[in-house]
Amino acid sequence: MNTSSMKRVNKLNIAGTVFLFIFPAALVYCLFNVFGVAMTFYYSTLKWTGIGTSMQYIGLLNFLKLVKDPMLWHSLKNNLILVIVSISVQLPLGLMLALLLTSKIKGTKFLRTIYFMPMLLSTVATGILWSLFYDPNFGLLNFFLEHIGLASLKSGWLGSEKTAMTAVLITICWQYTPMYMILMKAGLTNIPEELYESARIDGATGNKAFWHITLPLLSDTIKISAVLSLVGSLKYFDLTYVMTGGGPNGATELMATYMYKKGFVEFNMGYGSAIAAFMFLVALTITSTVQYITRRRSF
Amino acid sequence: MNAVKNIFLYVVAVFFLILMGYPFIFVLFTSFKTPMEYMMNVWALPKTISIENYIKVLQPYFLRYFLNSIVVSSCTVAIVIFIASMASYAFARMHFRWNKVLFTLFVAGMMIPAHTTLIPIYVLINRLGLFDSLPGLMGPYTSFSLPVAIFIMTGFFKEVPKELEEAALMDGCSHWVIFRKIMFPLSTPAIATTGIYNFLYTWNEFIYALVLINSPSIKTLPLGIREFYGMEAVNIPGVITAILVGSLPVLIFYFLAQERVINGLVSGAVKG
Repeated sequence: MNTSSMKRVNKLNIAGTVFLFIFPAALVYCLFNVFGVAMTFYYSTLKWTGIGTSMQYIGLLNFLKLVKDPMLWHSLKNNLILVIVSISVQLPLGLMLALLLTSKIKGTKFLRTIYFMPMLLSTVATGILWSLFYDPNFGLLNFFLEHIGLASLKSGWLGSEKTAMTAVLITICWQYTPMYMILMKAGLTNIPEELYESARIDGATGNKAFWHITLPLLSDTIKISAVLSLVGSLKYFDLTYVMTGGGPNGATELMATYMYKKGFVEFNMGYGSAIAAFMFLVALTITSTVQYITRRRSF
Repeated sequence: MNAVKNIFLYVVAVFFLILMGYPFIFVLFTSFKTPMEYMMNVWALPKTISIENYIKVLQPYFLRYFLNSIVVSSCTVAIVIFIASMASYAFARMHFRWNKVLFTLFVAGMMIPAHTTLIPIYVLINRLGLFDSLPGLMGPYTSFSLPVAIFIMTGFFKEVPKELEEAALMDGCSHWVIFRKIMFPLSTPAIATTGIYNFLYTWNEFIYALVLINSPSIKTLPLGIREFYGMEAVNIPGVITAILVGSLPVLIFYFLAQERVINGLVSGAVKG
Protein backbone atom coordinates (compact mmCIF):
# COMPACT_ATOMS: atom_id res chain seq x y z
CA MET A 1 0.00 0.00 0.00
CA ASN A 2 1.37 3.43 -0.85
CA THR A 3 1.05 6.39 1.47
CA SER A 4 -1.84 8.07 -0.32
CA SER A 5 -4.07 5.05 -0.15
CA MET A 6 -3.09 4.59 3.47
CA LYS A 7 -4.17 8.14 4.11
CA ARG A 8 -7.46 7.40 2.43
CA VAL A 9 -8.00 4.35 4.59
CA ASN A 10 -7.19 6.46 7.62
CA LYS A 11 -9.67 9.11 6.53
CA LEU A 12 -12.36 6.52 5.99
CA ASN A 13 -11.59 5.18 9.43
CA ILE A 14 -12.08 8.57 11.03
CA ALA A 15 -15.24 9.15 9.02
CA GLY A 16 -16.49 5.77 10.23
CA THR A 17 -15.74 6.61 13.85
CA VAL A 18 -17.43 10.01 13.58
CA PHE A 19 -20.42 8.34 11.98
CA LEU A 20 -20.70 5.73 14.73
CA PHE A 21 -20.55 8.34 17.46
CA ILE A 22 -23.05 10.73 15.94
CA PHE A 23 -25.40 8.31 14.20
CA PRO A 24 -27.67 7.33 17.14
CA ALA A 25 -28.33 10.93 18.15
CA ALA A 26 -28.71 12.06 14.54
CA LEU A 27 -31.17 9.27 13.78
CA VAL A 28 -33.49 10.13 16.67
CA TYR A 29 -33.17 13.86 16.04
CA CYS A 30 -33.95 13.53 12.34
CA LEU A 31 -36.84 11.16 12.93
CA PHE A 32 -38.68 13.51 15.27
CA ASN A 33 -37.35 17.08 15.14
CA VAL A 34 -36.23 17.51 11.54
CA PHE A 35 -38.81 15.24 9.97
CA GLY A 36 -41.46 16.72 12.26
CA VAL A 37 -40.88 20.27 11.10
CA ALA A 38 -40.73 19.22 7.46
CA MET A 39 -43.94 17.19 7.70
CA THR A 40 -45.74 20.05 9.44
CA PHE A 41 -45.27 22.08 6.27
CA TYR A 42 -46.27 19.15 4.06
CA TYR A 43 -49.44 18.38 6.05
CA SER A 44 -50.39 22.03 5.98
CA THR A 45 -51.09 21.64 2.26
CA LEU A 46 -53.58 18.82 2.82
CA LYS A 47 -57.21 18.46 3.62
CA TRP A 48 -57.00 15.58 6.01
CA THR A 49 -58.64 14.28 9.19
CA GLY A 50 -55.46 12.60 10.42
CA ILE A 51 -57.15 9.25 10.58
CA GLY A 52 -57.51 7.19 7.44
CA THR A 53 -55.87 7.79 4.12
CA SER A 54 -58.19 10.24 2.43
CA MET A 55 -55.64 13.01 2.02
CA GLN A 56 -56.40 15.66 -0.49
CA TYR A 57 -53.76 18.08 -1.73
CA ILE A 58 -55.19 21.57 -1.61
CA GLY A 59 -52.06 23.70 -1.98
CA LEU A 60 -52.09 26.92 0.02
CA LEU A 61 -55.82 26.85 0.65
CA ASN A 62 -55.34 26.22 4.37
CA PHE A 63 -53.12 29.27 4.62
CA LEU A 64 -55.53 31.43 2.66
CA LYS A 65 -58.23 30.41 5.10
CA LEU A 66 -55.87 30.91 8.00
CA VAL A 67 -54.99 34.54 7.32
CA LYS A 68 -58.70 35.34 7.25
CA ASP A 69 -59.36 33.45 10.48
CA PRO A 70 -60.02 36.01 13.24
CA MET A 71 -59.29 33.37 15.92
CA LEU A 72 -55.73 32.99 14.63
CA TRP A 73 -54.99 36.70 14.96
CA HIS A 74 -56.71 36.78 18.30
CA SER A 75 -54.55 33.93 19.59
CA LEU A 76 -51.42 35.51 18.12
CA LYS A 77 -52.33 38.69 19.97
CA ASN A 78 -52.68 36.70 23.20
CA ASN A 79 -49.28 35.12 22.56
CA LEU A 80 -47.74 38.57 22.08
CA ILE A 81 -49.39 39.81 25.28
CA LEU A 82 -47.84 36.83 26.98
CA VAL A 83 -44.43 37.71 25.52
CA ILE A 84 -44.66 41.32 26.65
CA VAL A 85 -45.92 40.49 30.13
CA SER A 86 -43.33 37.76 30.58
CA ILE A 87 -40.46 40.07 29.65
CA SER A 88 -41.72 43.14 31.45
CA VAL A 89 -42.84 41.41 34.65
CA GLN A 90 -40.80 38.25 35.12
CA LEU A 91 -37.42 39.73 34.23
CA PRO A 92 -37.60 42.82 36.48
CA LEU A 93 -39.12 40.76 39.31
CA GLY A 94 -36.42 38.14 38.85
CA LEU A 95 -33.75 40.84 38.98
CA MET A 96 -35.32 42.34 42.07
CA LEU A 97 -35.36 39.00 43.87
CA ALA A 98 -31.78 38.34 42.75
CA LEU A 99 -30.70 41.70 44.20
CA LEU A 100 -32.52 40.76 47.39
CA LEU A 101 -30.69 37.45 47.54
CA THR A 102 -27.31 39.12 47.04
CA SER A 103 -28.06 41.88 49.57
CA LYS A 104 -26.77 41.81 53.11
CA ILE A 105 -29.99 40.71 54.81
CA LYS A 106 -30.02 37.51 56.84
CA GLY A 107 -31.41 34.21 55.64
CA THR A 108 -30.85 34.64 51.91
CA LYS A 109 -30.16 30.93 51.53
CA PHE A 110 -33.52 30.05 53.06
CA LEU A 111 -35.23 32.67 50.91
CA ARG A 112 -33.70 31.23 47.77
CA THR A 113 -34.84 27.73 48.71
CA ILE A 114 -38.44 28.86 49.04
CA TYR A 115 -38.46 31.33 46.13
CA PHE A 116 -37.35 28.63 43.71
CA MET A 117 -40.04 26.14 44.67
CA PRO A 118 -42.72 27.13 42.10
CA MET A 119 -40.33 25.93 39.36
CA LEU A 120 -40.52 22.39 40.72
CA LEU A 121 -44.22 21.82 40.20
CA SER A 122 -45.36 20.45 36.89
CA THR A 123 -47.40 22.87 34.83
CA VAL A 124 -50.40 20.60 35.25
CA ALA A 125 -50.05 20.73 39.03
CA THR A 126 -49.57 24.51 38.97
CA GLY A 127 -52.54 24.94 36.67
CA ILE A 128 -54.91 22.88 38.79
CA LEU A 129 -53.69 24.46 42.01
CA TRP A 130 -54.24 27.99 40.75
CA SER A 131 -57.60 27.04 39.23
CA LEU A 132 -58.57 26.03 42.74
CA PHE A 133 -57.29 29.35 44.11
CA TYR A 134 -59.44 31.20 41.58
CA ASP A 135 -62.48 29.00 42.19
CA PRO A 136 -65.59 31.21 42.52
CA ASN A 137 -67.10 29.32 45.46
CA PHE A 138 -64.25 27.79 47.43
CA GLY A 139 -61.22 29.60 46.06
CA LEU A 140 -58.54 31.07 48.25
CA LEU A 141 -58.64 34.41 46.44
CA ASN A 142 -62.36 35.06 46.96
CA PHE A 143 -62.07 33.85 50.52
CA PHE A 144 -59.26 36.30 51.12
CA LEU A 145 -61.19 39.19 49.56
CA GLU A 146 -64.17 38.44 51.77
CA HIS A 147 -61.98 38.43 54.86
CA ILE A 148 -60.46 41.82 54.21
CA GLY A 149 -63.89 43.28 53.58
CA LEU A 150 -63.77 43.41 49.81
CA ALA A 151 -66.46 40.81 49.24
CA SER A 152 -67.89 42.96 46.47
CA LEU A 153 -64.83 42.19 44.34
CA LYS A 154 -65.42 38.44 44.49
CA SER A 155 -65.56 36.92 41.04
CA GLY A 156 -65.29 33.76 39.01
CA TRP A 157 -61.84 34.79 37.86
CA LEU A 158 -61.27 32.15 35.20
CA GLY A 159 -64.86 32.12 34.04
CA SER A 160 -65.03 35.75 33.06
CA GLU A 161 -63.71 36.96 29.72
CA LYS A 162 -62.43 40.12 31.37
CA THR A 163 -60.27 38.52 34.05
CA ALA A 164 -59.33 35.10 32.65
CA MET A 165 -56.24 36.21 30.75
CA THR A 166 -54.91 38.26 33.66
CA ALA A 167 -55.50 35.35 36.02
CA VAL A 168 -53.56 33.03 33.74
CA LEU A 169 -50.76 35.58 33.29
CA ILE A 170 -50.34 35.95 37.05
CA THR A 171 -50.00 32.19 37.36
CA ILE A 172 -47.39 32.08 34.60
CA CYS A 173 -45.38 34.81 36.32
CA TRP A 174 -45.57 32.93 39.61
CA GLN A 175 -44.28 29.82 37.91
CA TYR A 176 -41.39 31.27 35.91
CA THR A 177 -40.06 34.25 37.85
CA PRO A 178 -37.85 31.96 40.00
CA MET A 179 -35.91 30.87 36.95
CA TYR A 180 -35.06 34.45 35.99
CA MET A 181 -34.17 35.10 39.62
CA ILE A 182 -31.52 32.36 39.49
CA LEU A 183 -30.25 33.51 36.08
CA MET A 184 -29.97 37.10 37.27
CA LYS A 185 -28.31 36.02 40.48
CA ALA A 186 -25.68 34.10 38.53
CA GLY A 187 -25.14 37.24 36.42
CA LEU A 188 -24.84 39.41 39.53
CA THR A 189 -22.24 37.19 41.19
CA ASN A 190 -20.11 37.50 38.06
CA ILE A 191 -19.79 41.26 38.50
CA PRO A 192 -16.50 41.87 40.31
CA GLU A 193 -16.86 43.53 43.71
CA GLU A 194 -13.93 45.88 42.92
CA LEU A 195 -16.04 47.72 40.38
CA TYR A 196 -18.49 48.74 43.09
CA GLU A 197 -15.64 49.68 45.39
CA SER A 198 -13.98 51.98 42.90
CA ALA A 199 -17.37 53.44 42.02
CA ARG A 200 -17.93 54.13 45.70
CA ILE A 201 -14.71 56.09 45.84
CA ASP A 202 -15.97 58.13 42.91
CA GLY A 203 -19.15 58.74 44.85
CA ALA A 204 -21.40 56.43 42.87
CA THR A 205 -23.46 54.27 45.18
CA GLY A 206 -26.98 52.91 45.35
CA ASN A 207 -29.07 53.90 42.38
CA LYS A 208 -26.18 55.30 40.39
CA ALA A 209 -24.14 52.15 40.78
CA PHE A 210 -27.15 50.10 39.75
CA TRP A 211 -27.77 52.00 36.50
CA HIS A 212 -24.11 52.41 35.57
CA ILE A 213 -22.55 49.16 36.70
CA THR A 214 -25.11 46.47 37.48
CA LEU A 215 -27.43 46.89 34.51
CA PRO A 216 -24.80 47.29 31.76
CA LEU A 217 -22.83 44.32 33.05
CA LEU A 218 -25.99 42.25 33.24
CA SER A 219 -26.91 42.95 29.62
CA ASP A 220 -25.87 39.48 28.45
CA THR A 221 -27.89 37.78 31.16
CA ILE A 222 -30.85 40.00 30.39
CA LYS A 223 -30.58 39.21 26.70
CA ILE A 224 -30.48 35.46 27.32
CA SER A 225 -33.43 35.74 29.69
CA ALA A 226 -35.42 37.75 27.16
CA VAL A 227 -34.81 35.27 24.34
CA LEU A 228 -35.68 32.41 26.67
CA SER A 229 -38.87 34.05 27.74
CA LEU A 230 -39.71 34.86 24.12
CA VAL A 231 -39.30 31.30 22.85
CA GLY A 232 -41.22 29.95 25.83
CA SER A 233 -44.08 32.42 25.48
CA LEU A 234 -44.63 31.83 21.78
CA LYS A 235 -45.14 28.10 22.20
CA TYR A 236 -47.04 28.26 25.45
CA PHE A 237 -49.69 25.59 25.86
CA ASP A 238 -49.98 23.56 29.06
CA LEU A 239 -51.18 26.06 31.58
CA THR A 240 -53.93 27.66 29.52
CA TYR A 241 -55.05 24.23 28.40
CA VAL A 242 -55.35 23.02 31.98
CA MET A 243 -56.81 26.20 33.47
CA THR A 244 -59.22 27.46 30.82
CA GLY A 245 -58.89 25.31 27.70
CA GLY A 246 -58.52 28.57 25.78
CA GLY A 247 -61.81 29.89 26.99
CA PRO A 248 -64.01 31.51 28.06
CA ASN A 249 -65.07 32.30 24.53
CA GLY A 250 -61.48 32.32 23.28
CA ALA A 251 -60.31 34.89 25.84
CA THR A 252 -57.16 32.90 26.65
CA GLU A 253 -56.73 31.11 23.33
CA LEU A 254 -53.08 30.79 22.29
CA MET A 255 -51.68 29.62 18.95
CA ALA A 256 -50.74 26.24 20.43
CA THR A 257 -54.12 25.64 22.08
CA TYR A 258 -55.85 26.69 18.87
CA MET A 259 -53.71 24.26 16.88
CA TYR A 260 -54.56 21.49 19.34
CA LYS A 261 -58.23 22.27 19.06
CA LYS A 262 -58.24 22.22 15.26
CA GLY A 263 -56.09 19.10 15.00
CA PHE A 264 -57.17 16.89 17.86
CA VAL A 265 -60.66 18.04 18.76
CA GLU A 266 -62.07 18.90 15.34
CA PHE A 267 -59.76 16.42 13.54
CA ASN A 268 -58.77 18.91 10.91
CA MET A 269 -55.09 17.96 10.80
CA GLY A 270 -54.35 19.90 7.64
CA TYR A 271 -55.60 23.14 9.11
CA GLY A 272 -53.98 22.37 12.46
CA SER A 273 -50.66 21.85 10.66
CA ALA A 274 -51.08 25.19 8.92
CA ILE A 275 -51.42 26.82 12.36
CA ALA A 276 -48.32 24.94 13.52
CA ALA A 277 -46.39 26.08 10.45
CA PHE A 278 -47.51 29.64 11.11
CA MET A 279 -46.35 29.30 14.74
CA PHE A 280 -43.01 28.04 13.54
CA LEU A 281 -42.54 30.96 11.16
CA VAL A 282 -43.62 33.53 13.76
CA ALA A 283 -41.23 32.09 16.34
CA LEU A 284 -38.39 31.92 13.84
CA THR A 285 -38.92 35.50 12.63
CA ILE A 286 -39.27 37.07 16.05
CA THR A 287 -36.41 35.11 17.64
CA SER A 288 -33.94 35.80 14.85
CA THR A 289 -34.92 39.48 14.72
CA VAL A 290 -34.34 39.84 18.44
CA GLN A 291 -31.07 37.96 18.22
CA TYR A 292 -29.97 40.21 15.37
CA ILE A 293 -30.92 43.46 17.07
CA THR A 294 -29.38 42.61 20.42
CA ARG A 295 -26.22 41.32 18.78
CA ARG A 296 -25.74 44.60 16.96
CA ARG A 297 -26.33 46.64 20.03
CA SER A 298 -23.87 44.77 22.21
CA PHE A 299 -20.96 45.51 19.84
CA MET B 1 -31.08 55.36 56.56
CA ASN B 2 -29.51 51.96 56.47
CA ALA B 3 -31.92 50.63 59.05
CA VAL B 4 -34.87 51.90 57.02
CA LYS B 5 -33.46 50.26 53.92
CA ASN B 6 -32.99 47.00 55.79
CA ILE B 7 -36.54 47.01 57.09
CA PHE B 8 -37.76 47.66 53.57
CA LEU B 9 -35.72 44.71 52.26
CA TYR B 10 -37.12 42.40 54.93
CA VAL B 11 -40.65 43.48 54.15
CA VAL B 12 -40.12 42.69 50.46
CA ALA B 13 -38.46 39.39 51.37
CA VAL B 14 -41.36 38.32 53.56
CA PHE B 15 -43.92 39.42 50.99
CA PHE B 16 -42.37 37.16 48.35
CA LEU B 17 -41.84 34.42 50.90
CA ILE B 18 -45.60 34.34 51.38
CA LEU B 19 -46.32 34.64 47.66
CA MET B 20 -43.98 31.83 46.64
CA GLY B 21 -44.13 29.63 49.72
CA TYR B 22 -47.67 29.91 51.03
CA PRO B 23 -49.24 27.84 48.24
CA PHE B 24 -47.06 24.93 49.32
CA ILE B 25 -48.07 25.27 52.99
CA PHE B 26 -51.67 25.58 51.87
CA VAL B 27 -51.29 22.34 49.90
CA LEU B 28 -49.80 20.55 52.88
CA PHE B 29 -52.53 21.66 55.30
CA THR B 30 -55.37 21.07 52.89
CA SER B 31 -54.21 17.53 52.23
CA PHE B 32 -55.13 16.67 55.83
CA LYS B 33 -58.61 18.17 55.68
CA THR B 34 -61.93 16.61 54.82
CA PRO B 35 -63.92 18.22 51.98
CA MET B 36 -66.46 19.45 54.56
CA GLU B 37 -63.79 21.07 56.66
CA TYR B 38 -62.30 22.73 53.59
CA MET B 39 -65.58 24.21 52.45
CA MET B 40 -66.33 25.63 55.89
CA ASN B 41 -63.07 27.49 56.08
CA VAL B 42 -60.64 27.44 53.19
CA TRP B 43 -57.50 28.43 55.01
CA ALA B 44 -58.04 27.31 58.59
CA LEU B 45 -55.59 24.77 59.99
CA PRO B 46 -56.85 21.19 59.86
CA LYS B 47 -58.61 20.34 63.12
CA THR B 48 -57.60 16.73 63.01
CA ILE B 49 -55.06 15.02 60.83
CA SER B 50 -57.18 13.06 58.41
CA ILE B 51 -55.30 10.70 56.13
CA GLU B 52 -58.44 9.90 54.15
CA ASN B 53 -57.20 11.89 51.16
CA TYR B 54 -53.96 9.98 51.06
CA ILE B 55 -55.83 6.70 51.14
CA LYS B 56 -57.98 7.93 48.27
CA VAL B 57 -54.96 9.01 46.22
CA LEU B 58 -52.68 6.07 46.91
CA GLN B 59 -54.81 3.60 45.00
CA PRO B 60 -53.34 1.10 42.53
CA TYR B 61 -54.35 3.16 39.49
CA PHE B 62 -52.62 6.26 40.83
CA LEU B 63 -49.50 4.31 41.71
CA ARG B 64 -49.60 3.05 38.16
CA TYR B 65 -49.24 6.64 36.89
CA PHE B 66 -46.28 6.96 39.18
CA LEU B 67 -44.66 3.82 37.87
CA ASN B 68 -45.27 4.89 34.25
CA SER B 69 -43.67 8.25 34.89
CA ILE B 70 -40.67 6.65 36.56
CA VAL B 71 -40.20 4.24 33.65
CA VAL B 72 -40.55 6.90 30.95
CA SER B 73 -38.33 9.43 32.72
CA SER B 74 -35.53 7.07 33.66
CA CYS B 75 -35.41 5.34 30.28
CA THR B 76 -35.43 8.66 28.45
CA VAL B 77 -32.68 10.07 30.66
CA ALA B 78 -30.54 6.96 30.19
CA ILE B 79 -30.93 7.01 26.40
CA VAL B 80 -30.34 10.75 26.17
CA ILE B 81 -27.19 10.62 28.27
CA PHE B 82 -25.83 7.71 26.28
CA ILE B 83 -26.40 8.97 22.75
CA ALA B 84 -25.90 12.67 23.52
CA SER B 85 -22.56 12.07 25.23
CA MET B 86 -21.36 10.01 22.27
CA ALA B 87 -22.31 12.71 19.79
CA SER B 88 -20.84 15.38 22.07
CA TYR B 89 -17.58 13.50 22.23
CA ALA B 90 -17.37 13.58 18.45
CA PHE B 91 -18.24 17.29 18.34
CA ALA B 92 -15.75 18.18 21.06
CA ARG B 93 -12.83 16.02 20.04
CA MET B 94 -12.92 14.91 16.41
CA HIS B 95 -11.98 17.01 13.43
CA PHE B 96 -14.27 16.52 10.49
CA ARG B 97 -15.66 18.81 7.89
CA TRP B 98 -19.31 18.96 8.98
CA ASN B 99 -18.54 19.29 12.68
CA LYS B 100 -19.72 22.87 13.11
CA VAL B 101 -22.66 22.58 10.75
CA LEU B 102 -24.01 19.44 12.38
CA PHE B 103 -23.51 20.84 15.85
CA THR B 104 -25.38 24.02 14.91
CA LEU B 105 -28.16 21.93 13.41
CA PHE B 106 -28.58 20.02 16.66
CA VAL B 107 -28.43 23.09 18.84
CA ALA B 108 -30.84 25.00 16.60
CA GLY B 109 -33.43 22.50 17.81
CA MET B 110 -33.61 24.50 21.04
CA MET B 111 -35.03 27.48 19.20
CA ILE B 112 -37.76 25.48 17.49
CA PRO B 113 -40.99 25.46 19.44
CA ALA B 114 -41.43 21.72 19.99
CA HIS B 115 -45.20 22.00 19.75
CA THR B 116 -45.05 22.72 16.03
CA THR B 117 -44.18 19.06 15.46
CA LEU B 118 -47.11 17.75 17.48
CA ILE B 119 -49.28 16.62 14.55
CA PRO B 120 -46.51 14.93 12.51
CA ILE B 121 -45.24 13.10 15.58
CA TYR B 122 -48.74 11.94 16.42
CA VAL B 123 -49.05 10.56 12.89
CA LEU B 124 -45.57 9.04 12.95
CA ILE B 125 -46.03 7.33 16.31
CA ASN B 126 -49.31 5.89 15.04
CA ARG B 127 -47.66 4.54 11.89
CA LEU B 128 -44.83 3.03 13.93
CA GLY B 129 -47.47 1.21 15.96
CA LEU B 130 -46.28 2.91 19.14
CA PHE B 131 -49.44 4.88 19.87
CA ASP B 132 -50.65 4.47 23.45
CA SER B 133 -47.39 2.94 24.68
CA LEU B 134 -44.58 4.15 26.90
CA PRO B 135 -41.86 3.70 24.23
CA GLY B 136 -43.97 5.94 22.00
CA LEU B 137 -43.34 8.74 24.50
CA MET B 138 -39.65 8.02 24.93
CA GLY B 139 -38.83 8.67 21.25
CA PRO B 140 -40.07 12.26 21.07
CA TYR B 141 -38.89 13.01 24.62
CA THR B 142 -35.40 11.82 23.74
CA SER B 143 -35.37 13.86 20.57
CA PHE B 144 -36.48 17.06 22.28
CA SER B 145 -33.90 16.57 25.02
CA LEU B 146 -30.98 16.11 22.63
CA PRO B 147 -30.25 19.75 21.72
CA VAL B 148 -29.82 20.90 25.33
CA ALA B 149 -27.96 17.73 26.31
CA ILE B 150 -25.53 17.98 23.39
CA PHE B 151 -25.03 21.66 24.03
CA ILE B 152 -24.17 21.16 27.70
CA MET B 153 -22.00 18.09 27.19
CA THR B 154 -20.04 19.38 24.21
CA GLY B 155 -19.27 22.52 26.19
CA PHE B 156 -18.11 20.41 29.09
CA PHE B 157 -16.03 17.97 27.02
CA LYS B 158 -14.18 20.84 25.40
CA GLU B 159 -13.01 21.99 28.83
CA VAL B 160 -11.57 18.60 29.80
CA PRO B 161 -7.76 18.69 29.42
CA LYS B 162 -6.56 16.69 26.44
CA GLU B 163 -3.32 15.23 27.87
CA LEU B 164 -4.89 12.08 29.26
CA GLU B 165 -6.52 11.16 25.97
CA GLU B 166 -3.47 12.00 23.91
CA ALA B 167 -1.46 9.58 26.01
CA ALA B 168 -4.16 6.96 25.57
CA LEU B 169 -4.28 7.54 21.82
CA MET B 170 -0.50 7.06 21.72
CA ASP B 171 -0.95 3.77 23.50
CA GLY B 172 -3.27 2.75 20.70
CA CYS B 173 -6.58 3.06 22.48
CA SER B 174 -9.55 3.57 20.18
CA HIS B 175 -11.88 6.56 20.47
CA TRP B 176 -14.50 4.24 21.88
CA VAL B 177 -12.25 3.14 24.73
CA ILE B 178 -11.18 6.71 25.43
CA PHE B 179 -14.79 7.83 25.49
CA ARG B 180 -15.90 5.03 27.76
CA LYS B 181 -12.92 4.84 30.11
CA ILE B 182 -11.77 8.45 30.30
CA MET B 183 -14.27 10.98 29.04
CA PHE B 184 -17.47 9.51 30.41
CA PRO B 185 -16.20 8.98 33.97
CA LEU B 186 -14.73 12.49 34.02
CA SER B 187 -18.03 14.06 33.04
CA THR B 188 -20.20 13.31 36.03
CA PRO B 189 -21.03 17.00 36.62
CA ALA B 190 -22.28 17.46 33.06
CA ILE B 191 -24.11 14.14 33.18
CA ALA B 192 -25.80 15.13 36.44
CA THR B 193 -26.87 18.49 35.03
CA THR B 194 -28.24 16.95 31.84
CA GLY B 195 -29.86 14.10 33.72
CA ILE B 196 -31.65 16.31 36.23
CA TYR B 197 -32.90 18.70 33.60
CA ASN B 198 -34.19 15.95 31.36
CA PHE B 199 -35.70 14.01 34.21
CA LEU B 200 -37.72 17.01 35.33
CA TYR B 201 -38.70 17.80 31.76
CA THR B 202 -40.03 14.31 31.09
CA TRP B 203 -41.55 13.99 34.57
CA ASN B 204 -43.60 17.13 34.01
CA GLU B 205 -44.22 16.92 30.25
CA PHE B 206 -47.86 17.17 29.33
CA ILE B 207 -48.86 17.95 25.74
CA TYR B 208 -47.19 15.02 23.98
CA ALA B 209 -48.42 12.62 26.63
CA LEU B 210 -51.91 14.05 26.17
CA VAL B 211 -51.82 13.33 22.46
CA LEU B 212 -49.89 10.06 22.38
CA ILE B 213 -51.46 8.22 25.32
CA ASN B 214 -55.01 7.04 25.63
CA SER B 215 -55.41 4.10 28.04
CA PRO B 216 -55.56 4.87 31.76
CA SER B 217 -53.00 2.17 32.52
CA ILE B 218 -50.37 3.89 30.33
CA LYS B 219 -50.90 7.44 31.57
CA THR B 220 -48.08 9.38 33.15
CA LEU B 221 -48.46 11.48 36.29
CA PRO B 222 -49.42 14.84 34.73
CA LEU B 223 -52.19 13.11 32.78
CA GLY B 224 -53.17 11.12 35.85
CA ILE B 225 -53.37 14.17 38.09
CA ARG B 226 -55.53 15.89 35.52
CA GLU B 227 -57.78 12.87 35.28
CA PHE B 228 -58.08 12.76 39.06
CA TYR B 229 -59.02 16.44 38.97
CA GLY B 230 -61.71 15.69 36.42
CA MET B 231 -63.18 12.84 38.46
CA GLU B 232 -62.93 14.40 41.90
CA ALA B 233 -63.50 18.06 41.06
CA VAL B 234 -65.76 18.56 44.10
CA ASN B 235 -63.29 16.96 46.46
CA ILE B 236 -60.78 19.81 46.51
CA PRO B 237 -58.62 18.40 49.34
CA GLY B 238 -58.40 15.13 47.42
CA VAL B 239 -57.20 16.89 44.26
CA ILE B 240 -54.68 18.89 46.26
CA THR B 241 -53.38 15.70 47.86
CA ALA B 242 -52.94 14.19 44.40
CA ILE B 243 -50.91 17.24 43.37
CA LEU B 244 -48.79 16.96 46.50
CA VAL B 245 -48.15 13.24 46.14
CA GLY B 246 -47.31 13.65 42.45
CA SER B 247 -44.83 16.42 43.18
CA LEU B 248 -43.30 14.82 46.24
CA PRO B 249 -40.42 12.96 44.52
CA VAL B 250 -39.20 16.15 42.91
CA LEU B 251 -39.63 18.17 46.10
CA ILE B 252 -37.75 15.60 48.20
CA PHE B 253 -34.97 15.43 45.65
CA TYR B 254 -34.83 19.23 45.66
CA PHE B 255 -34.39 19.41 49.41
CA LEU B 256 -31.66 16.75 49.30
CA ALA B 257 -29.68 18.18 46.41
CA GLN B 258 -30.79 21.77 46.03
CA GLU B 259 -27.69 23.15 44.31
CA ARG B 260 -27.71 20.39 41.74
CA VAL B 261 -31.39 20.74 40.95
CA ILE B 262 -31.26 24.52 40.58
CA ASN B 263 -28.11 24.26 38.52
CA GLY B 264 -29.57 21.53 36.34
CA LEU B 265 -32.83 23.33 35.71
CA VAL B 266 -31.26 26.66 34.95
CA SER B 267 -28.38 25.56 32.77
CA GLY B 268 -30.76 23.31 30.90
CA ALA B 269 -33.01 26.26 30.28
CA VAL B 270 -30.29 28.70 29.31
CA LYS B 271 -29.12 26.68 26.35
CA GLY B 272 -27.38 29.12 23.99
